[in-house]
Amino acid sequence: MNMLNKNSVKELKQNKRINNFADGIAAAFFDSMRYDPTVLAFGLGATDPKNIFGTMAGLEDEFGNERVFDTPISENAMTGMAIGLAISGYKPVLTHQRLDFSLLSIDQIVNAAAKWYFMFGGQQSVPLVIRMIIGQGWGQGPTHSQALQSWFAQIPGLKVIMPAFPKDGYNLFRSSIADPNPVIFIEHRWLHQMSWNGEGRVVSPTQLGKSNRVSTGSDITIVSNSIGSVYSHHAANILKKYNVGVEVIDAFNLRDFDINSISKSVAKTGRLLTVDFSHQFCSIGTEIIAQVLPLNFAELKIAPERIALPNFPVGTSFNIEKDFYFSTIDICKKIESMLNVTFPNIDDELKEYQSSSKKRFDGPF
Amino acid sequence: MKQEPITIEDFKEFFSKIVRIRTIEQAIAERYHAQEMKCPMHLSIGQEGPAVAISMQLNASDRMLSTHRSHAHYLAKGGNLNMMISEFFGRETGCSGGMGGSMHLIDKSCGFEGATAIVGNTIPIAAGVALSQKLSRTKNITVVCFGEGATEEGVFSETLNIASVKNLPLIFFVENNGYSVYSPLSPRQSSNRHITKISEAHGIKSLKGNGNNIEEALAISSEAVKYVRKKRKPCLIELETYRYLEHCGPNNDDHIGYRTKKEIDFWKSYDVISNAKKAIKELGVSPDSLEKLIQENTKEEIDNAFREATLAPFPKIERSISYEYA
Ligand SMILES: Cc1ncc(C[n+]2csc(CCOP(=O)(O)OP(=O)(O)O)c2C)c(N)n1
Repeated sequence: MNMLNKNSVKELKQNKRINNFADGIAAAFFDSMRYDPTVLAFGLGATDPKNIFGTMAGLEDEFGNERVFDTPISENAMTGMAIGLAISGYKPVLTHQRLDFSLLSIDQIVNAAAKWYFMFGGQQSVPLVIRMIIGQGWGQGPTHSQALQSWFAQIPGLKVIMPAFPKDGYNLFRSSIADPNPVIFIEHRWLHQMSWNGEGRVVSPTQLGKSNRVSTGSDITIVSNSIGSVYSHHAANILKKYNVGVEVIDAFNLRDFDINSISKSVAKTGRLLTVDFSHQFCSIGTEIIAQVLPLNFAELKIAPERIALPNFPVGTSFNIEKDFYFSTIDICKKIESMLNVTFPNIDDELKEYQSSSKKRFDGPF
Repeated sequence: MKQEPITIEDFKEFFSKIVRIRTIEQAIAERYHAQEMKCPMHLSIGQEGPAVAISMQLNASDRMLSTHRSHAHYLAKGGNLNMMISEFFGRETGCSGGMGGSMHLIDKSCGFEGATAIVGNTIPIAAGVALSQKLSRTKNITVVCFGEGATEEGVFSETLNIASVKNLPLIFFVENNGYSVYSPLSPRQSSNRHITKISEAHGIKSLKGNGNNIEEALAISSEAVKYVRKKRKPCLIELETYRYLEHCGPNNDDHIGYRTKKEIDFWKSYDVISNAKKAIKELGVSPDSLEKLIQENTKEEIDNAFREATLAPFPKIERSISYEYA
């Protein structure tokens, strides 16, 4: 990989220092647009003072209002326009502040973007990225916090990427922009605050990968994505103290996860837990288990389990939110029950974790 | 803007093209019954005028997108006939490799960027194509063809707005045939609703006329294209016309009774081919021998296209898999 040296980093002269995931997305925009003049960036609020939670900060100043622009509240038309640009030599990136807003553009996403290459016999691809941000907490409620990755993942022709860690967020976003296909790029809002100093920015992106092993262990395999991978990684660290080896596979490429690596890991651990930040019904976790079962039936020591969100919408009240969502604690407890063991003093351990993690993911938004 | 007068050559070109398209469409209708073209087919018979009028103003670098009813647009823009027929036969050699059928035509070599089957679907895509022309500073323009039914979709208004905001070199080309499948306008659009007023309200120059009237169709198309090319601003054209056959399929369905005899008779008496013939005769040229010549040439073209299509291989399922991702 062609790492940026000090001079070229300077050359990139992004005004802002990179401190976190959100800055990393802005840096990925910056680097992509800098090296590829066909990359365009737009979306509702893209150039407003908040710049989509800072993820598009500085872009308009740097690249001008032809390449970076705010839009009318017309999600379907904006998606269609992005497709028209994509079939005409440009690489547009359309951003939605909430995934929920993209639902007004399902026709363009499913009937046009996902189908174009196919329905015209492979003549014209659609190099398009649609960013969608999942809200959580501070009363986002039933229509500002939906995690519908399974919807998109079921559509042939779409790629669905859900990064977890900031550096992966940067790299996967670069790779998504460079990919010749329509990519749905889904960011959990809380990840934006995870720190990263920008080390490892590159000139040219790599091809989109499938998954990363982020923790190694031989007692249980977790396959997860997005914030679920962060929680799982935290859980793996906590459980090290109890001599429990948790192998975490961050399956960030939702339609094209690395089933071979997952299967190999399950063969080793004999246990599988999926952690997917979405309603459990028809979730990605469900699909992973369905694919693993016939491959690893003999090696499985216990039935696979899923951690996901309940199958009803989230209510706005703070009191409801805290029961609706899962976190590192739920993963640790689930592993405790799956291994049929008791972790002594785990509650103190988790309390300490909880108080330190609160700072990482706090509102308001 | 000053308009140049329409020349006899324009009339002859227009006439030749509508005769060719009708001859092709009629041949498709006749041969559809053999059940070898296994795809839904929305024929353009009766509606050839608008497609030809607008395409005559365009060059191969101008781009066009269309809908489920796109044969006339595809052919008028210069789309390859053999590849179109092969597509209907579901062959590997079809313009979409057999993946799209009649509702998904494409011929990028002549600027026909694609037609899709969801009502209103290509309208915003055309805006993106037009924006690409603006960003890359070309002199070319984009035309998106659709029926009056598509103006009922929200994305039509959304796209009028963005086209006006961004001054896109885009022509919204509405063919108003008065029907969406069997539904007349009355349950769909208020009689006080005027498509051109909707676009005008977005600050878009809008022109309306009768698409079966050769002078009107050509004059309006020419004015619009000149305006968009020069001013780099969008324009909307609404041309009234009439489809002769059923909404989808090769048959006449006048017996069903969703259209009155009076209405059908009026439009058949105002047929674009007869109108064009009349106009040409008035200029002192006999259209009959020209018509005969075009029909004969087209028949040869058609026979050739059908022969080629029936000899071509079918795509295998592996091909579909390979078209999932670029
Ligand atoms: C979104 C959507 N709704 C319904 C249909 C079914 N449909 C196909 S063609 C058509 C009529 C469209 O009328 P118009 O746009 O005026 O075009 P015309 O068929 O008259 O040329 C309808 C309703 C569709 N293809 N897409």
